[in-house]
Amino acid sequence: MEAFTSLAGGLAVAIQPANLLFALIGVLLGTAVGVLPGIGPALTVALLLPITFKLDPAGSIIMFAGIYYGGMYGGSTTAILINTPGESASMATALEGNLMAKAGRGGPALATAAIGSFVAGTIATLGLTLLAPYLVDIAVSFGPEDYFALMVVAFVTVSATFGDSPVRGLTSLFIGLMLGLVGIDLLSGQSRLSFGVPELYDNIEVTTLAVGLFAVGEALYVASRRHVHEEKLEAVRGSLWMTKEDWKRSWKPWLRGTAFGFPIGALPAGGAEIPTFLSYATERRLTKYPEDFGKGAIEGVAGPEAANNASAAGTLVPLLTLGLPTSATAAMMLAGFQQYNINPGPLLFAQNPDLVWGLIASLFIANVMLLVLNLPLVGLWVRLLTIPQPWLYAGILVFATMGTIAANPSPVELMMLTVFGVLGFLMRRFDFPIAPVIVGMILGPLAESQLRRALSISLGDPMTLLQSPISATLLTIALIALVLPFFLKGLGRFKAVED
Amino acid sequence: MATSPQRRIDVAGLVIAIVLLVLAGVVWWDMSKLQILSPYDLGPKVMPIIVSGGLTLLAIGNGISAFRGDLPVRDSLDWKPIILILGALACLIALIRFGGGFMIGTALLFAATSTAFGRRAFVTDFIIGAVIALIVYVLFAKLLTLSLPAGPLERLF
Repeated sequence: MEAFTSLAGGLAVAIQPANLLFALIGVLLGTAVGVLPGIGPALTVALLLPITFKLDPAGSIIMFAGIYYGGMYGGSTTAILINTPGESASMATALEGNLMAKAGRGGPALATAAIGSFVAGTIATLGLTLLAPYLVDIAVSFGPEDYFALMVVAFVTVSATFGDSPVRGLTSLFIGLMLGLVGIDLLSGQSRLSFGVPELYDNIEVTTLAVGLFAVGEALYVASRRHVHEEKLEAVRGSLWMTKEDWKRSWKPWLRGTAFGFPIGALPAGGAEIPTFLSYATERRLTKYPEDFGKGAIEGVAGPEAANNASAAGTLVPLLTLGLPTSATAAMMLAGFQQYNINPGPLLFAQNPDLVWGLIASLFIANVMLLVLNLPLVGLWVRLLTIPQPWLYAGILVFATMGTIAANPSPVELMMLTVFGVLGFLMRRFDFPIAPVIVGMILGPLAESQLRRALSISLGDPMTLLQSPISATLLTIALIALVLPFFLKGLGRFKAVED
Repeated sequence: MATSPQRRIDVAGLVIAIVLLVLAGVVWWDMSKLQILSPYDLGPKVMPIIVSGGLTLLAIGNGISAFRGDLPVRDSLDWKPIILILGALACLIALIRFGGGFMIGTALLFAATSTAFGRRAFVTDFIIGAVIALIVYVLFAKLLTLSLPAGPLERLF
């Protein structure tokens, strides 16, 4: 098996002491920020981008991946103990998990989440290892028009198909695409949407955008509605360990959750929300203990958590093989690659196999680290939740502004941060999704360059997009994905039913 | 009775639609100034045309939602903390712009945010913020050799 030879080569890279250390820092940071309400993995990667650009590329990318995996683990702790999931992917976990914590079974809930995440993460990373070489083989034959069509599919599914409102999702996407236009167009040397401001000539920093939307926007939003909404932390009582019964009830949901999570994450559709709710609904239907659902059923934690982690690993498939980010965190990781002039995609596997396979191998290691660290250290992570909220958000804002001025020491950059913060606040208030803005801004310029390449090959004939069978098929899929939610409002609605 | 459906028009939603329409106009206006280098295709104009068109359609879509009153329900809003945080950010920007360095501004931001979240210990928090700023300054400037805007305080180190 070619994949395993490559993986063995990657393992040699991943077990270098420096890279092990980066992986360890990544999973620790990732878990910490995953646990803290108000900061997610996308924001953490954004804050670390300016600090890491002088470090070794392989090391920092391994660290980013560690943060991604760690953030998924940490998010479940918050969901179970406070019932305010930091990210939509942990919403299903919070349903039964918080009930278990209230019933004094917080320990086993955390344990089944951690072990389930490990099982799912490992199987899904194995899936990534096996699938990546095939996708790379297919992707090599893609022309620019096919890539463009693929990106259109990603745009539509990320913004319109799986959200609550296709109009609001697409609005977010187009704001991101518009921000992606700002700056000097490399092909023609002309500046677009810069209005003579020098800071705008070399594009909007994705760090500033992400930090503004996530950190400042979230702080403003939480501060503005503190009087309506209060959080309550459940203490972990009783034994931390799972009983034999718990194991028996957990292992099938883990595997089923993985089976939902990985394929849906690996499609250029992204989004961990759908597989977690599918898994929740399935476990609820299949359980032998239907009376436990609504009182804290362990299956309802095991399945969605596995689905959540499997889909996180699945998201790396399009990111690494096609250069296609399908979540905010994946988009930030793409920005991380870009700051070293590394472009994920089929060529990366040929040109820089050590980096790609080193990264994939380190994902296995990160998973083991997370399992080993998380179960014994859960008490420590829980203590993070007791940081007073005023200090937590004050600290987040201080690091947000410092990260921004460290990347670009100019008052204009801070003004942009503030403007994006207000934008993030308004988007939260009016329920516009944030991720499509980030994906749109990062993927927009890439889509534009593929489109222009395709158009210049065809001498400006847009029909070239429909003449390639691959591109025509993909555009048809995009059209269906765009139109479908207007007819079937059910996709978004089944969440409301499960609540 | 005739006025009741009109009352459900969401003013904020209408403002969003108008803002999107203005943005579409700005993108179009900016695009119209670009030069095309190749006679065969639209080059740098392609993407702005798509974005401007998309924003126009979405302005219409958002406008329709506003007229239908489809927007999600919103909680009541407390403006004071927002003004406090944005004010502190404005002070930080001004301090950096006029050479005051970032440390005082950062300490102020920390204390103001903490007040916005309901703490009543401005002086203590200001000192905590200053200590964090100092640690980060030393870490960034000395260990990672990143440059942060310096003022009179920073030059002491």
